[in-house]
Amino acid sequence: MSSPERWSQPQPSGAPAATAAAPTAEQVIAGLRATSEGGAELVQLLTPEGERVDHPDFHIDITPDELRGLYRDMVLVRRADREANALQRQGQLGLWVPLLGQEAAQIGAGRALRPTDMAFPSYREHGVAWCRGVHPNEIVGMFRGVDHGAWDPVAKRFHPYTIVIGNQCLNAAGYAMGQRFDGKVGDDNGEATMVFFGDGATSQGDVHEAFVWASVYDAPLVFFCQNNQWAISEPTERQSRLPLYQRARGYGFPGIRVDGNDVLATLAVARWALDECRHGNGPVLIEAFTYRMDSHTTSDDATRYRLSTEVEEWKLKDPIERVKAHLSRNGFADHDFFDGVQAEADELAAVLREHCVSLPEPPPSRMFDNVYAEPSPALQAQQAEYETYLAGFAGGEH
Amino acid sequence: MAAPTMHRSTDTPSAAPQTITMIKGLNQALRTSMERDPKVIVMGEDVGKLGGVFRVTDGLQKDFGEQRVLDTPLAESGIIGTAIGLAIRGYRPVCEIQFDGFIFPGFDQIVSQLAKLHYRTQGRIKLPIVVRVPFGGGIGAVEHHSESPESYFAHTAGLKVVACSNPVDAYWMLRQAIECDDPVLFFEPKRRYHEKAELDLSVAPQPLFSSRVLRKGSTATIATYGPMVRTSMDAAIAGAEDGLDLEVIDMRSLSPLDLGPVYESVRRTGRLIVVSEAPGESSIAAEIATKVQQECFYSLEAPVLRVTGFDTPYPPAKLEENFLPDLDRVLAAVDRSLAW
Ligand SMILES: Cc1ncc(C[n+]2csc(CCOP(=O)(O)OP(=O)(O)O)c2C)c(N)n1
Repeated sequence: MSSPERWSQPQPSGAPAATAAAPTAEQVIAGLRATSEGGAELVQLLTPEGERVDHPDFHIDITPDELRGLYRDMVLVRRADREANALQRQGQLGLWVPLLGQEAAQIGAGRALRPTDMAFPSYREHGVAWCRGVHPNEIVGMFRGVDHGAWDPVAKRFHPYTIVIGNQCLNAAGYAMGQRFDGKVGDDNGEATMVFFGDGATSQGDVHEAFVWASVYDAPLVFFCQNNQWAISEPTERQSRLPLYQRARGYGFPGIRVDGNDVLATLAVARWALDECRHGNGPVLIEAFTYRMDSHTTSDDATRYRLSTEVEEWKLKDPIERVKAHLSRNGFADHDFFDGVQAEADELAAVLREHCVSLPEPPPSRMFDNVYAEPSPALQAQQAEYETYLAGFAGGEH
Repeated sequence: MAAPTMHRSTDTPSAAPQTITMIKGLNQALRTSMERDPKVIVMGEDVGKLGGVFRVTDGLQKDFGEQRVLDTPLAESGIIGTAIGLAIRGYRPVCEIQFDGFIFPGFDQIVSQLAKLHYRTQGRIKLPIVVRVPFGGGIGAVEHHSESPESYFAHTAGLKVVACSNPVDAYWMLRQAIECDDPVLFFEPKRRYHEKAELDLSVAPQPLFSSRVLRKGSTATIATYGPMVRTSMDAAIAGAEDGLDLEVIDMRSLSPLDLGPVYESVRRTGRLIVVSEAPGESSIAAEIATKVQQECFYSLEAPVLRVTGFDTPYPPAKLEENFLPDLDRVLAAVDRSLAW
């Protein structure tokens, strides 16, 4: 009972379903845990040791320069992530949602997107944000409590972070339907949308509904599920008996499992999937098989629910180290390059820190701004009354 | 307080006044809006070929095609959630929820995303979406087909909530709601769907988010909306035979509430009865009563009274006559107010 594929096989005909010995919960968990290698169908182009391997369906041509670019992206977003995490520990942020370990999945997907594409993140997609031209400075305000995200989602084509699990999948499906209705699908210049969500999110009704909508309307939508193995404390096995990528078949579109710690494979698969969408063959589900190396958020304590051996095992698959090994082993980069990237990363972190600690308190009037596109008189009256009330304190305090 | 500005829609008086049902008014509003703006799309369960279970969207798919009148999969969260994405893309979706009791699967998308994205993005994303909800009882339906869930939405900042009560308002209010850049929850009293009135397009419409005095009077004020407007008017007519001179105000807009005409009226009559068929607890009726006692305290001759549905789930159809406020319950409340 170690191969999860078994459960996707049709039952032998004639045998009553009940006697086909449904696996016990323990067997399911043991079985899926055994897929922590990703299973036979995992698409991989760069091994954890940094060696290039071929895949029959997902070839990628990449220059050393592009490879160095991916490396730089990953180092920078990891550094910004660690700085934000530290800022939270120092009381500068109310919360931080770390991406540690998921850099390759996010950079691979993010760099596959074109400027005309649209992306709908969940709340951990700082790496995708980076690829969309959203600076970490524009993200931290949300976790410091001064705004709800400072970037312009229309200009950046990067939707606001979505906290309610799964909601964004339907919003993305609608957006992608619009791309199709607008005639932006059909050739290599077509547009596509990518939506990001976790393994836990796949249990939400909205994600199921988004699968249905995207498929029946042929929406150019890539579902990018980062299976980081855990939904806070709940393992993937608590969400599904099947490997997640296999669910796509039930909705009538392809599902692919990619090594989410392999930036090359993720880039190749994401490019292919977006291309399918551009040409009108979407949607596609990508399951990026990865691991969240830190806690769920800074409020979580991952040692309560997972074994350190599991974390140690995944450390060996670090997404950045394998690219570094590949670059150095093939002479694509030297010490100066690595030192340069590191210095750039430290500079980014310093900029982030400086920006974060000096973010001004929002004025109270901000609370009332933009509730409506067409202001409501009652709310305007409430705001005026509150401002008068505040003004009453102005004279007396000193 | 100044009446909110929302009266962009005007029609050139092309046709002679016509007598229409509310369903026809709504249908015509959708058609005209779709003709004028190619970004207006209609989506929902059965809205295409069938024309909606109440035929409000009758004939639209035939004329505008399947891409502008979408027969969607059967999932309300999906309807609202994808409408949001379409609106971000520049469309103006009008979603139909088949019956009041089925809006709840879409509730999450409405309150979590639809209501908040404009605020969260500091105005960069506008969601000009109308969610049409046939609401209320009185049609002898099975459960989940007769509910009045409007207060849930009025309680959520970022949404606008309106309820029409007659065919003319149905036409104009829907036209205006579609033109509004904010999400509008549009409640249609299904028991009034087949009532008729004369629609004269040469008469300029009233602003969407405003209430209207339907009947002037001096004895007491009745503030009401949706299906209870007709009931309240009937009560006023019956009351007149007993020497009562009741003022009736159709609130029309539930969020924002346009209370100016109510305050003005209560200052003259000294008495207010709020009539609504939704359960009274924590309701629109409760909100009106609170604000009026706050603003008109020294004018009131009696406490504000409410005539509402009971604080029970909607009962089986054989009991709805007991549940729904009727003419007699309204007049009994007027008597109580006068006896104070
Ligand atoms: C509808 C909803 N329920 C519960 C939560 C609380 N919550 C936040 S993150 C999370 C786990 C999500 O796991 P997954 O989808 O795997 O994403 P990951 O955090 O692993 O990226 C939960 C339960 C929420 N945000 N939204």
